[in-house]
Amino acid sequence: MATRLNPVDVVLVGFGWTASIIAQELTDEGLQVLALERGVDRATVPDFSTTHIQDELRYAVRGGLFQAPVRETLSFRNTRDQTALPMRHLGSFRPGAGVGGAGVHWNGQTWRFLPDDFVLRSHTEERYGADFIAPDITIQDWGVSYDDLEPYYDRFEYLCGVSGTAGNVGGSLRQEGNPFEGARRRDYPLPPLERSAGSLMFDKAARELGYHPFPAPAANTSRPYKNPLGVQMGQCTYCGFCEWFGCGNNSKASPQSTILPVLLKKDNFSYRSGCDVMRVKLDNTGKKAKGVLYRDLEGREYEQPAQLVILCAFAHHNVHLLLLSGIGRPYDPVSGTGVTGRNYAYQITSSVEAFVDELINPYMGAGALGQAIDEFNTDNFDHGPEGFIGGGYIALWTTGGRPITQHHLPKDAPKWGAGWKKAMSENYLKSVSVATHGSVVSHRGAYLDLDPSYKDAYGNPLLRLTFDFHDNDYRMSEFLTGKAEGIAKAMKPRSINVNKRKKPYSIVPYQTTHNTGGAIMGDDPRTSVVNRYLQSWDVPNVFVVGACNFPQNAGYNPTGTVGALAFWAADAIRKMYLKNPGPLIQT
Amino acid sequence: MAAAAVHAQGTEFTNVQRGRYLAQAGDCISCHTVKGGKPFAGGYPVETPFGTIFSSNITPDVVTGIGNWSRDDFYRAMHEGRRKDGQYLYPACPYPWFTKMPREDVDALKSYLDTLEPVRAMAPENELIWPLGWRRLVAGWNLLFFDQGEYVHREDKPDVWNRGAYLVEGPGHCAACHTPKNMFGASDRDKAMQGGDAGEAWYAPSLTASERDGLGTWSVNDIVQYLKTGANEDTASTGPMTEVVMNSTQHLSNADLIAMATYLKDIPAHKPEEVKDIDEQVMARGKGLYIDQCMGCHMADGKGQKGAFPPLADSPPIRASQPQTLIQVVLAGDFMADPPELPTGLAMPGFAWKLSDQQVADVLTYVRNTWGNRAPPVDADQVAEVRTALHEHGPRYKRLISQSVH
Repeated sequence: MATRLNPVDVVLVGFGWTASIIAQELTDEGLQVLALERGVDRATVPDFSTTHIQDELRYAVRGGLFQAPVRETLSFRNTRDQTALPMRHLGSFRPGAGVGGAGVHWNGQTWRFLPDDFVLRSHTEERYGADFIAPDITIQDWGVSYDDLEPYYDRFEYLCGVSGTAGNVGGSLRQEGNPFEGARRRDYPLPPLERSAGSLMFDKAARELGYHPFPAPAANTSRPYKNPLGVQMGQCTYCGFCEWFGCGNNSKASPQSTILPVLLKKDNFSYRSGCDVMRVKLDNTGKKAKGVLYRDLEGREYEQPAQLVILCAFAHHNVHLLLLSGIGRPYDPVSGTGVTGRNYAYQITSSVEAFVDELINPYMGAGALGQAIDEFNTDNFDHGPEGFIGGGYIALWTTGGRPITQHHLPKDAPKWGAGWKKAMSENYLKSVSVATHGSVVSHRGAYLDLDPSYKDAYGNPLLRLTFDFHDNDYRMSEFLTGKAEGIAKAMKPRSINVNKRKKPYSIVPYQTTHNTGGAIMGDDPRTSVVNRYLQSWDVPNVFVVGACNFPQNAGYNPTGTVGALAFWAADAIRKMYLKNPGPLIQT
Repeated sequence: MAAAAVHAQGTEFTNVQRGRYLAQAGDCISCHTVKGGKPFAGGYPVETPFGTIFSSNITPDVVTGIGNWSRDDFYRAMHEGRRKDGQYLYPACPYPWFTKMPREDVDALKSYLDTLEPVRAMAPENELIWPLGWRRLVAGWNLLFFDQGEYVHREDKPDVWNRGAYLVEGPGHCAACHTPKNMFGASDRDKAMQGGDAGEAWYAPSLTASERDGLGTWSVNDIVQYLKTGANEDTASTGPMTEVVMNSTQHLSNADLIAMATYLKDIPAHKPEEVKDIDEQVMARGKGLYIDQCMGCHMADGKGQKGAFPPLADSPPIRASQPQTLIQVVLAGDFMADPPELPTGLAMPGFAWKLSDQQVADVLTYVRNTWGNRAPPVDADQVAEVRTALHEHGPRYKRLISQSVH
């Protein structure tokens, strides 16, 4: 029997980026807010201290900051005719656990999606005709526009102290910025990071080919920065330990370095770590949430009553909770009906390694230190002759030169022994990688549901992922990789390795943690789980926030958009929902 | 009749507010609260060279606190250092400073303390070396070192100076830490505010006008900003001073902080000791350690990062005549004050686990003698002593009292 706890106004499931933003906003409204985090408590000091965080074995290889599959995992198969098996080691993606969530161990690549991304289906149909979209591709419009989200992108960028060069301020294009981006109201809060040797090389090669390279937007501070909450960040030291690591210098934006110093002092906010939320508890009408059920680390069960339940966990976990709680009709891939679990998407990446004569000094890096081009993203080029939808950016990142996992060797280099060592010493300081970061369409056969055989530690069915990239995406990635190869060759390297994405999708090698969909937003309750304000169509006092809202995945890292959506939903709750609790969109 | 009652309540409310303010000015809560304990309920161990004295319960509990003390009793304690039962207080309680408080301020303070939640809590027995357990001996100490009497206004000084002098020398009792003590634990008046022992191997630096290690280079505004937020462009507070900022000075009015700064700026400079040239090998070792361990935040030029990490270059607190506080911060790390104006509470990690005594000594000697700094070298034995003290007392910030108690 669950112990019933004292009610709160708002319970947040998870305590990463979205929960921190929403908690900050709703506590300003005077509400009593509680966040339940499955992982451990974490603070910059002592947990990310510069005295020990640069430990590649502990954090990058052994995954010190990630979700532990022994406690929470999912099962996986490529297609419906296969039997899914549980993922027992993290591979293709690495969700975070602990206070700050994946916001602790991300790189800080903080993009805005393009205006066309939010209306992908209607835009594609308009430009190329409805037949251009294959019948099993289920891409759809978001229900919000770029212009709707622009003020919220701005808030997230100023919260984080993003370093970058604007390309389009209020419609006026800026040299050195991204000429394709949507209009922004003002410049980034900080100038771009210092360019690396690799960035300069990429810049030169891309310009020679007629592209418009620009410094990628980085939530790594190029200067000391005080954000609008009054929280002070230090300046990035280019230590090269961003991704998989917490930042000890308060330079990479994370909940800890931007919000928590203010939020944690509020009397109307509290959080508990080590809490596995297992259900949203509904009343007997099924139309109203009464709170959540969770277990602590000793397995004791608690009921936390709340007026408002907001799911702020990782994409998979939000969808898992909705399925376990019976919120939204589960998606059925046979009939194509139902919504919860529908339109799962991922991202497709590839790279071209280049071995050059110049000294690169890769160890001086930052998570989002890179030079990029956007010529081949979304609909920035004519897709007509190519016959696929989507695209991505091409970038040269200098994220670091960590010895175990961040080195490049020519394909003919020996795999071990003296020859390997020789090749390593010849190439460690003289190699770069041109990366592509591609969009992925949602399609009928890519979805999340409950596994019929495998159960988690609490006896709940595991979440099951059924996924392969659509042929559309393999073709798109092939195209993008070709363009990356062109840039790599323009650097006049000694040799290159072209690393294409091969069929089928494998969950084993790391690719990206950018999982999306399953609880998508939209205008139609028949094809979306939440409305444009991220409110459940079926249970209006439940909101679901995160990359699980994306109807399909864009060719950019998602955190900028996730942050903007969190501010957007918080604003809707503050300005609309609290005045008149109930559905914000009538059906 | 009714109107009179209302009037009386109004007076009492004002009095309580004033008392609360004076309790903050005197930082009573820091010593009268044990870690994890109820505010003002005492039991906090004050370490002295003569043993441990546990602070008393000053909540209005009638059995274990001061609930059955009259205003006269309380005034006698503050003014003469005598308890209600007539026994002597040990001068670990700063009555040599509180004696300067006028009767109305002491009464206001008592009015405030009477509004606290009574907590039944008995402090442990003091652990003092023989024969100091015999309180009558304090009479002799008082005869030698205690000047009883309220603050006397100096007609030759402006009002703002006088207000500052009263706050610093009276309730603020700054000299309790910032003035060196003699062998009897009394402040050495000939060396007033030249820097002293703040207990548990912390050193409170000089507050004289010395440009090398005092306040000579700070403006009134620099001092005010420091007391208000725990940081200014020159430095950030550490250890016990962070406790003072959070529990006391951040709550004071700007006018009072300006008054305190005005008075402090008027304390004549003392002459710091001569520093001999530092061994080049020590400087070279220290520089290497600085580049490896410190440069990321404090930068290659030692100037830190404006608003974030304090500068070490050309910094009086870095040049303090005694290095214990610097050693503490390097070994255990420290959190900055985080008042509402400066909420971040940036922190430095501890290096105790990765740097040897000699390495800590070398890097501090280097920092204290480069970028315009000049200060006596640090030796490994000093680091070893602080390391031992840290093992005994734990890192200071762990005992910071949450601001939510205010």
